[in-house]
Amino acid sequence: MSEPHEIYQCQTVNCGCLYDPSRGDRRGKVAKGTRFEELPETWCCPVCGAGKRMFRPLTGPGSVKDEEGFVES
Amino acid sequence: MEPLQIAPGIYSVGVRDWTIRDFHGYSTDLGTTYNAFLIVDEQVALIDSVKAEFADELLAHIARVIDPRRIDLVVSNHTELDHAGGLARVMHRIGEEKPLYCSKMGAKNLARHFPRKWNYRAVGTGEELRLGRRTLRFLETRMIHWPDSMFTYVVEDGILFSSDGFGQHYAGPETFDDETGERILPHAKKYFANILLPYTGLIEKLLQQVEALRLDIRMICPDHGVLWRKDPGRILEAYRTWCRQEPGRRAVIVYDTMWHSTEKMAAAIHEGIAAEGVSCRPMHLRAFHRSEIVTEIFDARAVVVGSPTLNNGLFPTVADFLCYLKGLKPQNKIGAAFGSYGWSGEAVRLIEEELERMKIPRIQEGLRVPFVPEGETLEACRAFGRAIGRAVVESTAVPA
Ligand SMILES: [Fe+2]
Ligand SMILES: [Fe+2]
Repeated sequence: MSEPHEIYQCQTVNCGCLYDPSRGDRRGKVAKGTRFEELPETWCCPVCGAGKRMFRPLTGPGSVKDEEGFVES
Repeated sequence: MEPLQIAPGIYSVGVRDWTIRDFHGYSTDLGTTYNAFLIVDEQVALIDSVKAEFADELLAHIARVIDPRRIDLVVSNHTELDHAGGLARVMHRIGEEKPLYCSKMGAKNLARHFPRKWNYRAVGTGEELRLGRRTLRFLETRMIHWPDSMFTYVVEDGILFSSDGFGQHYAGPETFDDETGERILPHAKKYFANILLPYTGLIEKLLQQVEALRLDIRMICPDHGVLWRKDPGRILEAYRTWCRQEPGRRAVIVYDTMWHSTEKMAAAIHEGIAAEGVSCRPMHLRAFHRSEIVTEIFDARAVVVGSPTLNNGLFPTVADFLCYLKGLKPQNKIGAAFGSYGWSGEAVRLIEEELERMKIPRIQEGLRVPFVPEGETLEACRAFGRAIGRAVVESTAVPA
């Protein structure tokens, strides 16, 4: 299992698909252990088809919580 | 019903479901329709299917126009089973090897519903398919409202097959908007409020995209309800307005009650809201279906939620309703909570927590009354209502 800041979530409304590097994306032909940053720019969300840009990490810099000014606990 | 020719060589071959009253939790008091369309050209195309149990009726309709085995290809605009359920039966009848056009996500999602390996042809926005005299052009509408959703446009006839978009759960003798007139719009609005509301941002972009494409849209054919033939611009304009989610000078009181105490509070709060000149409807959760309530809330500025405290928690219908409303992500609302309780009284706080999760700002602190409201506490309810009424007046335009 990866750390929350390494897991990225699709922000398309009602999608919420998670990219977990420890699992990769078998159907998208992405090997386990591939970090989100290493995904090709052509990679897209396996659920809703959105591009890489729609993804944010679960926590840490760039996360939704981070931008809303929540204090990380 | 006879299949109806909606344009030369294009037939409406779908079915009416007169008796359905609960469409996955959406109340369909007049039933609904599952529309499907047959285009007879050099190649014969079937646009969409119907719910599985109506597949034979669909095939019977097709058979009155043409032998179903003469269908050359199927277009599946949306994987949800009210439109794709009949595919198994249809493909079996017309030939399992026939090409099945759908979006990339459609191919993925259909494969997860149907074990049979069909001849999927994934198409993307702008791709075209020539049938003979006519051309089909595809437009992906991802997440409106499923990842697989798409529209199919017939270039030469200016017909947009819009899947769930612009649909209404309505079954009647009519086929077209000119036959129903304006009274179809509330059904379209209910559909929008209950199915499409979370996606208004995406729909706005889609409408802009359609505008930029400068498509000559002469008819919009959704997969539910009547077809927009007389004035497709009317429903496009309505969608543009609805996407803005601009609230009217209205409030809705949603509540349930055990021994009429929360109900008495609702009545007094209603009095207060109305006294400020705000149109308001109290809606008992076991008298109104949740999808009716959401339709009412769609037009309102204030959502006022009342619940008794049952076993230290929310009354179950209130929890159900809040869960439903949260998923629809309504915008531009303000809210307040109230409720009668016996001794612990957690419900009001729990409602407020849910409203906060929905980013619905609180007009004022929730109002709790122990056991039965009377005299002074009823007066407090009226004052509570008046404060809500003023907040609505201050934040909405004067009704036209
Ligand atoms: Fe649907
Ligand atoms: Fe549908």
